[in-house]
Amino acid sequence: MKWETIIGLEIHAQLNTKSKIFSAAGTEFGQAQNSQACAVDLALPGVLPVLNEATVEKAIKFGLVIDAHINQRNVFDRKNYFYPDLPKGYQISQLDFPIIGRGKIEITVANTSKTIGITRAHLEEDAGKSIHDLYDDDTAIDLNRAGTPLLEIVSDPDMRSAKEAIAYAKKIHTLVQYLDISDGNMQQGSFRCDANISIRPIGQEKFGVRTELKNINSFKFLERAINLEIQRQQDILEDGGAVVQETRLFDALKNETRSMRSKEEANDYRYFPDPDLLPVEISAELIAKIKQNLPELPQQKKARFIAELGLSDYDANILTSQKGLADYFETMLKSNPDNAKLCANWVMGELSAALNKYQIEIQNTPISAQNLSLLVCRISDGTISGKIGKDIFQAMWAGEGSADEIIATKGLKQMSDSGQIEAIIDKIIAEHTQQVAQFKSGNEKILGFFVGQAMKATAGKANPKLLNELLRAKLS
Amino acid sequence: MVMHTKTIAELSAGLRAGDFSCVELTKHYLNRIHNSDLNAFISVTDDLALRQARAADDKIAKGEGGILVGIPYAHKDIFCSTGVKTSAASKMLDNFISPYDATVSHKLNQANLVMLGKTNMDEFAMGSTTESSYYGKTHNPWDRKKIPGGSSGGSAVAVAAGLSAFATGTDTGGSIRQPASLCGITGLKPTYGRVSRYGMIAYASSLDQAGPMTKTAQDAAIVLNVMAGFDKKDSTSATQAVPDYTKNLNNSIQGLTIGLPKEFFSTDLDSGVASKIMAAIKEFEALGVSVKEISLPNSTYAIPTYYIIAPCECSSNLSRMDGVRFGYRCDNPKDLQDLYLRSRTEGFGEEVKRRIMIGTFALSAGYYDAYYLKAQKIRHSISDDFKTAFGKVDIIIGPVSPTTAWDLGSIKDPVTMYLSDIYTLSANLAGLPSMSIPAGFSQNLPVGLQLIGNYWSEERLLNTAHKFQMQTDFHQKTPQRSEAMA
Repeated sequence: MKWETIIGLEIHAQLNTKSKIFSAAGTEFGQAQNSQACAVDLALPGVLPVLNEATVEKAIKFGLVIDAHINQRNVFDRKNYFYPDLPKGYQISQLDFPIIGRGKIEITVANTSKTIGITRAHLEEDAGKSIHDLYDDDTAIDLNRAGTPLLEIVSDPDMRSAKEAIAYAKKIHTLVQYLDISDGNMQQGSFRCDANISIRPIGQEKFGVRTELKNINSFKFLERAINLEIQRQQDILEDGGAVVQETRLFDALKNETRSMRSKEEANDYRYFPDPDLLPVEISAELIAKIKQNLPELPQQKKARFIAELGLSDYDANILTSQKGLADYFETMLKSNPDNAKLCANWVMGELSAALNKYQIEIQNTPISAQNLSLLVCRISDGTISGKIGKDIFQAMWAGEGSADEIIATKGLKQMSDSGQIEAIIDKIIAEHTQQVAQFKSGNEKILGFFVGQAMKATAGKANPKLLNELLRAKLS
Repeated sequence: MVMHTKTIAELSAGLRAGDFSCVELTKHYLNRIHNSDLNAFISVTDDLALRQARAADDKIAKGEGGILVGIPYAHKDIFCSTGVKTSAASKMLDNFISPYDATVSHKLNQANLVMLGKTNMDEFAMGSTTESSYYGKTHNPWDRKKIPGGSSGGSAVAVAAGLSAFATGTDTGGSIRQPASLCGITGLKPTYGRVSRYGMIAYASSLDQAGPMTKTAQDAAIVLNVMAGFDKKDSTSATQAVPDYTKNLNNSIQGLTIGLPKEFFSTDLDSGVASKIMAAIKEFEALGVSVKEISLPNSTYAIPTYYIIAPCECSSNLSRMDGVRFGYRCDNPKDLQDLYLRSRTEGFGEEVKRRIMIGTFALSAGYYDAYYLKAQKIRHSISDDFKTAFGKVDIIIGPVSPTTAWDLGSIKDPVTMYLSDIYTLSANLAGLPSMSIPAGFSQNLPVGLQLIGNYWSEERLLNTAHKFQMQTDFHQKTPQRSEAMA
């Protein structure tokens, strides 16, 4: 039997506000345990939540770029359940009246575009962390993350393959970063995906029983987890079994998904409107103001790179696919406005290769955009050759200093004095009469031999263009 | 006249005139508290009180500060006070020393008042008698065998028995007005949102409101001036400007129209109480006020509506008492489930557990619409009734409690207990300001008169109550008690 996969994603994007969604405590990652949890986050008796307005503006930004309906009156609800890292015994979220209503975005897979519906997006607070491996018998609680603002983005069940799901997730990931509403850092948990997956025989209209995969923190794992789950469901159904509605956990180490809790074990969250918070009223003026100040989005940036910088469609696409990459590239252009193509090549070539090799996010690159830009300048102004540039790049990556410092300390400045180069050429010609004869008899390829000898003699510093010209002149 | 029978205005004048120092006044009250057998206090904060008293004496010597500088008061043990046990009368919080001040506590500290201690109450403010306290029952100073009312029973007794100049209270379904009524003092529940709820341990968030419990309407106005106002820490507090509540106390109330809701004068009302209410209405007529019968048809649903909404909210509000971060934790929990189950089973009292269970049930999947949502609809209808009524009258008047104070331990059935809240719940459900003022005695026990005003009409309520108190002397009567000898 042929099967069709149905996937819907729930994405939790942590909003990059300075303080938490309902308290004044900070949100910075990696601080000492419980150092960013105030009385409100600890849920001491008597404390009350106060909405951080910045979260509302960030949610509206997102709503506007997915063509969504912004609910000008939206309501916070309490989702009640007990867990030690949920201090109040309820999470403040939005159920019936989310801030962002129905919207949509377009994805492209294998050159085919497809529209994915977004059911809703709502504001909520994150829980703290339970740490089970710190003490032998006890569980430790770190409430630094408790109350961190999240935008939960729920898609329609519109995706039909893991590839589509990844394309959608990446698109949302790029968008939230462009909008500067989330840092999108997946390792730190700022961007998490849950996937709802079911399969059905092709041609059948009714959805199959779905399972939910929780807490996946990389695109690679998301794709793997979805494919594993599709296969698992297919195996069950083809053996005549039935898929059980449940929440499953992806284990990257064992490369499997396993049951976390079934539908029967699911909590009754007893949602009701939080009486401590008034319904949020959003004015049309605020929406208009946010709309006016929306930043440039990937599509617009791509078009501009092509039209104004003369980049190819391919290059512009890659450079705008990640906000970090585009930002880096544009920072380079500031000090190097006439070398867009060369800058692009370096970002997509050496830099991306190195980042990939060492698994480093562009935000944490050891070579700043300013420094790489300087290196590109030294190539374009003839100080060094492109080849030497690659060596200097490696030295810069290793932390040996700026391009100029490395050129100076290693004496890598290009030799562009024709007199000096001519003297070297004369010496080589004198020593290799046989090869000179070959050239003269029409073997053009032998020119490379002379170039190689000259580069060897100058430790690669001879200006390649000048060297070529002088060699030809002397040999003919 | 002895110090503890004086009003705030009189005490303030005495302090300024040097008739007595704040330290003397504070010691006098502390002495009375320690000699009292009414169990009005959970904690008595002698050291803190004397420290604050000395600071107040310094202020007074320099001629600084307002009318409330150095006035000793009793604080309901539901308001968080830094460094002081804040228990809400629950075993659950018996070990909770608050690391922060409620906004009300903060404001009273800023105004240089003297906190004598924290008063007894029903556990987490759930009750009408102060009998559900983990710290034992509080006795009515007019008759030790009687309940003081609740949940702010300790506060009402502290004022009635001359153990403090005034007290703070909170009112979710009558918890200021009913004990004020049964103890013969003045109590004001302001409009919802008038006083910040920050740091006030939540019972039912959409109903809870703090207010003053005092000897007179004038004192209530003086205290409300300090308690009221917008607080950015409480999203439900109102930005409405705070007037000087003492300014128009003496205005004439001639020409005002008072409404008597016929539903408040049903057969359930004790005849002794009814006669005092009717007599009070005559007093008002003598002041040039006209009286009109009105109807609040949906107020008859106030009890079931309240006893759905309040338990729903409390079932969630009390979830944070889980034995994890603060408060009571059971001995040797064997796992997480056991920690939750035993900490909460052992830490909460019967009535609290009953309301948590009712609320949890009413919010459950499949029941939400039939209970919570339905109750919210009726709540709107109750508010609409008042809207209609205030189109015709200026103030609504009726009894506070169907009876005077009853015997301690005499009501054991929770539903019978809930029924006693019949006249006070509507004002909370609608969010309206409401007062209880002394209206006489029935068989030597105080009878309270309830005044309900339109939103933000505290000024008019206080003015009306003050004019009544200028005309009557019920509020000046004090119980004959042993503390008087102290």
